[in-house]
Amino acid sequence: MDEGRRVILRSAGATGALAVALAAGLLKPERVLAAAWDESAFRQKDVADALKSIGADNAVASKEVVLDVPEIAENGAVVPVEITSHVPGTTSIAVVIDKNPFPLSSKFSFTEGALPYVKLNVKMGQSSNIRVIAEAGGKHYVAMREVKVTIGGCGG
Amino acid sequence: MLALRTSAVLAAAALAIAAAPVHAQDEKKEIEKYQKMLAEGSPVELFELQGEDLWKKPQGPKHASLEKCDLGMGPGVLKGAYAHLPRYFADTGRVMDLESRLVHCMVTLQGRDYKEATKRVFGNADKPSELEYLVAYVVGKSRGVRIAVSTRNPKEKAAYELGRQLFHYRAGPWDFSCGSCHGVAGKRIRMQSLPVLDKPSGARHTYATWPAYRVSNSQMKTFQWRLNDCYRQMRFPEPTFGSDATVALTMFLAVTANGERYAGPGTKR
Amino acid sequence: MPGPMKIRATLKGSYTDIRVLMSHPMETGQRKVKGKLVPAHFIENITVKVNGKTVVEAQTSQSISRNPVFAFRVKGGNKGDKVEIGWVDNKGESNKTEAAVA
Repeated sequence: MDEGRRVILRSAGATGALAVALAAGLLKPERVLAAAWDESAFRQKDVADALKSIGADNAVASKEVVLDVPEIAENGAVVPVEITSHVPGTTSIAVVIDKNPFPLSSKFSFTEGALPYVKLNVKMGQSSNIRVIAEAGGKHYVAMREVKVTIGGCGG
Repeated sequence: MLALRTSAVLAAAALAIAAAPVHAQDEKKEIEKYQKMLAEGSPVELFELQGEDLWKKPQGPKHASLEKCDLGMGPGVLKGAYAHLPRYFADTGRVMDLESRLVHCMVTLQGRDYKEATKRVFGNADKPSELEYLVAYVVGKSRGVRIAVSTRNPKEKAAYELGRQLFHYRAGPWDFSCGSCHGVAGKRIRMQSLPVLDKPSGARHTYATWPAYRVSNSQMKTFQWRLNDCYRQMRFPEPTFGSDATVALTMFLAVTANGERYAGPGTKR
Repeated sequence: MPGPMKIRATLKGSYTDIRVLMSHPMETGQRKVKGKLVPAHFIENITVKVNGKTVVEAQTSQSISRNPVFAFRVKGGNKGDKVEIGWVDNKGESNKTEAAVA
């Protein structure tokens, strides 16, 4: 049993409401203690809503956000994406894939000397725009590219 | 007979489009970029690691690992072994490729039953095959080594000749041979360029990047699988795993690729 | 039991390149096997630490490819720095591994 669970049960007591809730599976201790997962943002189905949910609805297009992605992906199951933000003070980068069932793909937060850079492989269900949004000083900056997918990669 | 020929030709034309400009140059460049970025961010190494575990795992009635398996360079010698396969093995009296040799070691070293060891030669992401991981591990040990498959032994030479004939042998309901798709320059199936495999210029890169992690299957795919699937696409009967025919074809392609530095296991779409 | 995970961290002049390979099905919940939907099963959180300090925190979803591979960069760095990366998925399963910067 991991430390977190032990702590909660100890403080709640054997018959405490929290312990009961945990036992009933109503709470996930990992979620309570670990970094939160922005469920409402990740569950947005509309790209405009997804952007809004991460505060990026007023993002300005910027050449300082560099998105390197092939224009043609032979298979949508794996689309390699490389992102660098040259916007000073970038604290996070988000990846949005417009035509995916849930457009918000991932969010990366950088601290303690991490460079605002990430390379990752995403799934694309069909040809679509990919947007990457860098946040710096409370403002959002976006770069967008269209990727043509020859075989969609979401399953089925 | 003539009518059958014509329809087969039409079918071939419909599937493999020979064109003056095969892709716009930009398209070709972008696809190459995709392939390059894919290979740079590939999880294939995880399959090599799992293969290493399986190689060292004691199994079968003899409770033995595969660590003493002789892949042609001595028991347990892995570095460069794949770059010299297929080859003739005196203990079996036949030319063997990596996969048939691995099964041979499972049977002789581990005491496993041939049927059990080959029950699942080709897996998928949900139910992988042991062989897929073992192959990834072994071929990884030939990374950077120049492919140098010999035809000095008469049986090796015979296998090469048989492979060459099989490559050009037209049969099946569509009257296809390997050469129908892989014997003429400039062909493609949908967006996939078809390399010319009976010439070193086409064979080298292709042979040096198989077996591979295939993202469309989320799984490691072996060379026996690649041949099996090509035959399926040609609507041929399914070849027997590790058969003389499949080893001969592998021999032909490997020798044609001789000199190329092996770059696998690869990563493909 | 999660599959293997591997980090490769190398000094590249002014920064340290950190590559991580993870074994995970990253099921979307939309795939069908034999007519039945495979339930969603994907990594939600990833934490990257260097010498005990968190440098990158990621929230990911089912739209990350199966067997995810990520690359990150950290300013500066020294040979022997300890890189530790862990993930937690939507079922509460987790895995982590560490490596020294080469």
